[in-house]
Amino acid sequence: MDISLDLLFNAIISGLLLGGFYAAMSLGISISFGMLDIVNIAHPVFIMLGAYVAWWLNEHFGFDPILSALLMSPFFFLMGLSIYRIYYDRFEKSAGGDSLRGLAFFFGILFILEMLLLLLFGVDYRNVNTGYTDATINLGIVNLPYRLLIPFVLSICLLLAIRQFFKSTYFGRAVSAVAQDPLALQLMGVNPVKIKGYAFGLSLLIAGFSGAMLIIIQSVQPAAGRDYIGLVFAVCVLGGMGNLMGTLFAAMILGVAESMTATFAGPSWSPAVSFGLLLLTLAFRPQGIFGK
Amino acid sequence: MKTNRAFYIGVVLISLLLGSLPFWVQSEYFFFAAYTVLQFVILATAWNILGGYAGYVNFGTAAFFAIGAYSTVVGYKLGWPQGYNILLGTFMAGLIGLGMGYLTLRLKGVFFSIATLALSVVLNTIVTNTPFLGGARGVYVIVPRESPIGVGQYIHWLFFLILAMAIFSVIVARTIEKSSLGQGLMAIRDDELAAEGLGVPTLRLKLIATTISGALMGLAGTTFPYLITYMEPTATFNLSFAVNSIAMPIVGGLGSWLGPLIGALLLGTIQQVASVTLSATWNLLIVGGVLVFFVTLAPNGLMGIFKKK
Repeated sequence: MDISLDLLFNAIISGLLLGGFYAAMSLGISISFGMLDIVNIAHPVFIMLGAYVAWWLNEHFGFDPILSALLMSPFFFLMGLSIYRIYYDRFEKSAGGDSLRGLAFFFGILFILEMLLLLLFGVDYRNVNTGYTDATINLGIVNLPYRLLIPFVLSICLLLAIRQFFKSTYFGRAVSAVAQDPLALQLMGVNPVKIKGYAFGLSLLIAGFSGAMLIIIQSVQPAAGRDYIGLVFAVCVLGGMGNLMGTLFAAMILGVAESMTATFAGPSWSPAVSFGLLLLTLAFRPQGIFGK
Repeated sequence: MKTNRAFYIGVVLISLLLGSLPFWVQSEYFFFAAYTVLQFVILATAWNILGGYAGYVNFGTAAFFAIGAYSTVVGYKLGWPQGYNILLGTFMAGLIGLGMGYLTLRLKGVFFSIATLALSVVLNTIVTNTPFLGGARGVYVIVPRESPIGVGQYIHWLFFLILAMAIFSVIVARTIEKSSLGQGLMAIRDDELAAEGLGVPTLRLKLIATTISGALMGLAGTTFPYLITYMEPTATFNLSFAVNSIAMPIVGGLGSWLGPLIGALLLGTIQQVASVTLSATWNLLIVGGVLVFFVTLAPNGLMGIFKKK
């Protein structure tokens, strides 16, 4: 019984740590899908792009992934801005919006990016080695590996910073406003297209950041992004669309569920956890656990 | 009715022409290629019934296809004849389509799309962990060498089957398009609220469309195990089925039976050439690129381009 209690504690702890990181991964979707109503199904592949850029910078210049995360942020932001330009121009401008073609657009981008990563970096798993990769803190029966702890702490900081940013700055409140009523915003003399563009840029910036965190946690291969599609949408829906604190809690729940499944039922079942939870949420509680 | 007669004369002529191919084309590889293209005709046509007519994006083509394929594996293991397996797979895929639709179609369209994506991953995981279905290792399906009708090889028989299925799917799609069901679906696509207000039973029509669309995707999968003879989850739950069945109707032109047919023949043939000369990676890169290109620059597909002139 001792051993399984050990396992249980460790599964819960690593699930919580992973959950914090999942919150960062889903934060971008909470902004683009939850607030802006842009169904960026390619979001996880942008995370993979971030992971590969971090890997490449580490491999060739020895940069720490945390440094890479900061360095690539402006580029991911600009990429988001330009993608939103095209998206707005082609799918949002016409009245009513064309969600079918918008979805197909991002689905196409998903494949293009994934295949480009495959052609550039091959199918092999890539990982980075830093001073803290193999170190752990030992607290009695619970082990805290740094490779989970550092992304956890950084992800939580990012989440709190973004939340504060949305709450207390003019821009942040404008984003919340654009989610509720773009017309009213326009009447007050704010350009909703510009605001949405910046917010979408921010969501991709977060994707790049989480990619760099991902490569600290585990090795990656180009197609791995697909596995996270279910995860990010499950967290976003479960937490309540655009609710950032809900996102954090939902991510923690999912992290623990996934880690328990991997420990007690075997890792081959874990892909079904997030997608299964997503199906159940959509079927029975589409407003999320914290929704009314 | 005049166009109807022209359509069916065309169907008969094309069936005769394609059906005669095994009697004068030697290359066995040709039939593998033709099978794959016709398989995409079914998938694209099926996708268009929900996506093109009603405007609901289904990312789960691979899931429905795999339901058909793995139903055949079950039937094969139980020793059932091929005909039963085809019916079983079609029925199962239709049933799951109905269930999926019932659970998610009351929500915004996007949620249905995401749920269909989730469906393929959940089913993939279940198959991977079920030894009866071969698990991750896969399962062999032994086929005879000769065609059951006495002439030609087994691949010729499979070619006849998939040809018949493709023609059946196109006829189903066209019949829907011309019927009140098709009109209702298009009303949903253009303005769901207004359609609902005018008394269109939107949920019921969407459920019928999802069921038929899923059943046809399953139908396309039922003969797949006989073609590759070795079934494993990675090949069957391949997301390339999803991206292809979305790209083909969009390239051809959404919302008419002809669009997915043109798109599938064109993109399918290009890919057959590309997979010989380039690689599978380039293949998907081309499909993704074509999809993004058409969706941003020619939203009405090739049909739209030609109609303008």
